[in-house]
Amino acid sequence: MTRFLASVGRTVLSALAMVGSVALFALETVSHLLRPPFYWREFWQALIQIGWLSLPVVGLTAFFTGGALALQIFAGGSRYGAEAVVPSIVAIGMVRELGPVLGGLMVAARVASSIAAEIGTMKVTEQIDALVTLSTNPMKYLTLPRVLAATLAVPVLVAVGDSVGIFGGYLVGVNRLGFNGAVYLKNTVDFLEQWDVVSGLFKGAAFGFIVATMGCYHGMNSGRGAQGVGRATKSAVVSASVLIFAANYILTELFFAA
Amino acid sequence: MIELRDIHKTFGSNHVLRGVNLTVPKGSSMVIIGGSGTGKSVTLKCILGLVTPDQGQIFVSGQNVEDVSRDPFLARFGMLFQGAALFDSLPVWQNVAFRLMRGALKRPKAEAREIAIEKLRRVGLKPEVADKFPAELSGGMQKRVGLARAIAADPEIIFFDEPTTGLDPIMSGVINDLIREIVTEMGATALTITHDMTSVRAIADNVAMLHDGVVKWTGPVNDMDTSGDPYVDQFIHGRAEGPIAAVR
Repeated sequence: MTRFLASVGRTVLSALAMVGSVALFALETVSHLLRPPFYWREFWQALIQIGWLSLPVVGLTAFFTGGALALQIFAGGSRYGAEAVVPSIVAIGMVRELGPVLGGLMVAARVASSIAAEIGTMKVTEQIDALVTLSTNPMKYLTLPRVLAATLAVPVLVAVGDSVGIFGGYLVGVNRLGFNGAVYLKNTVDFLEQWDVVSGLFKGAAFGFIVATMGCYHGMNSGRGAQGVGRATKSAVVSASVLIFAANYILTELFFAA
Repeated sequence: MIELRDIHKTFGSNHVLRGVNLTVPKGSSMVIIGGSGTGKSVTLKCILGLVTPDQGQIFVSGQNVEDVSRDPFLARFGMLFQGAALFDSLPVWQNVAFRLMRGALKRPKAEAREIAIEKLRRVGLKPEVADKFPAELSGGMQKRVGLARAIAADPEIIFFDEPTTGLDPIMSGVINDLIREIVTEMGATALTITHDMTSVRAIADNVAMLHDGVVKWTGPVNDMDTSGDPYVDQFIHGRAEGPIAAVR
C-alpha cells in the first residue's frame, strides 16, 4: 500500500514539475518578445513552414469534414424533418469547433513533430551548444520565431479551413442532397454571427501557440540519440494534441457559456 | 590565461568533476587527455558556461566568469565541436560567418561572405564549397568548416573538442597541422580535448591528464613520456593493465 501511494505521489510530483517547467518555458519565450534582438529571417522561414506549407493538409481536412458534416446533419435532421438546418449547422460547426480544432490537430501532427525533431537533432548534435558559443540565445533564435509564427499563422489557416469546410458542405448539400445553391449560401451567411468566426480565430491563435511551444519544449529537452529525438517528437505531438482539446474546452466555456 | 580552481560537477548520482585545478597560460596550447567519461567535455563546457559548476571558480584573463557579461565574454572564444555542429539549414559560408552576421560583431553581408571565403581558404577549402550545405560535405570537410567557423572572428581563445575523432589518419594529420598553424599564427590560447596521442604530440605545448574527475598530472608535452605517472604511462601507451580500469 505504501509503495502504491509512493508511486502515485511520484507520478503527481513529476506531472506538476512538468507543468511548471512548460509554463516557465512558455513565459521565457514570451518575455523574449520584449527583448531584442529579433531574428526576422528565422521568423519568415517559420511562417512559410508552419503557415503556407500547412495549407494543403488543413484545406483537405476541412473540405472532407465539411462534406461529411453536411451528410451527417442531413441524416440526423431528417428524423425530425429539420433538413433545412444543414447550411447553418455546417457553418457554425466549422467556424466554432471543427475548423479550429481539426486545423490545430493537423498543424500539431505536421508542425509540432517537425519542430521537436529538428530542435532535438540540433541538441543531440551539439548545434544548440554551438549557438550559445556563437553568442546567440537559442530561445531567441529557435523558439520565439517558431512560436510567434505559429500563433499568427494558425488563425489564418483556421480561416481558410472554415471557408473550405463550408464550401465542402455546400458542394455536398447542392450536388448530393439537392439543396438550392443560392438558398444554401443565404442560410449560411444569415445564420453566422461575427463572434462565431472571431472566437474560432482566437482558438486558432491559442492552438498555434500550444503547438509550437510544445514542439520547441520537447525538442530543447530531448534525450540523447535517435531514441531521445523519437521520444521528444512523440511527446510533442501527444502533449500538443491533448492540450488543444483541453484549451478548446476552456475557451468554449469562456466564450459561449451563458 | 584560463584558471580553474577546485571545480566540482555532479549529474544525478554521477560525480563527474571532483576538484579540477588547471592553469592554461596565455598564448599556449593545452591538451587534456583522459578516458571516456572522465569529464573532459564537461570541463570545457564549464568554462564556456554551457554547464554550471556546483563548486569552484573559473577565471579567464583574471576575471571570474560568473561576473562577466555573457556576449562579450563568448565573443572572445571560438570552438570546434566533436561532430563539427554545423547548422544544417545554412550554407557553409553562413555557418562560417554566423557570428559576423548578427550581434555585436555584425558586418555587411558581402563583407561577412568575403571573410568566410577567406577563412575557408585558410583551412584548405575552395570558394566553391561556400554555397554548399553541410550535408553535402565529407566528415573531414565538415571538420574544416567547423575550424573555419571557430576562427572566423579571430578569437583570443579556441577550444577543440576531439578534433580528429572519426577521421582517417591522413585527414587527422591535416587537421592537427591546421590547428597548430592557426594557433601559432593567431597567437591564441588553445584548449583541446582528445584521445588521439598523435594529435597530442602535434598540437600540445602542455598536457593535462584527467582521471576520475581530477587532474592527475600536468606538464610540458616533452615531459609526458618520462612523467613517471602511472595514469599517464598507461594512457599514452594504451595498456589494458594499470591504475585505470579497462571496464568503466
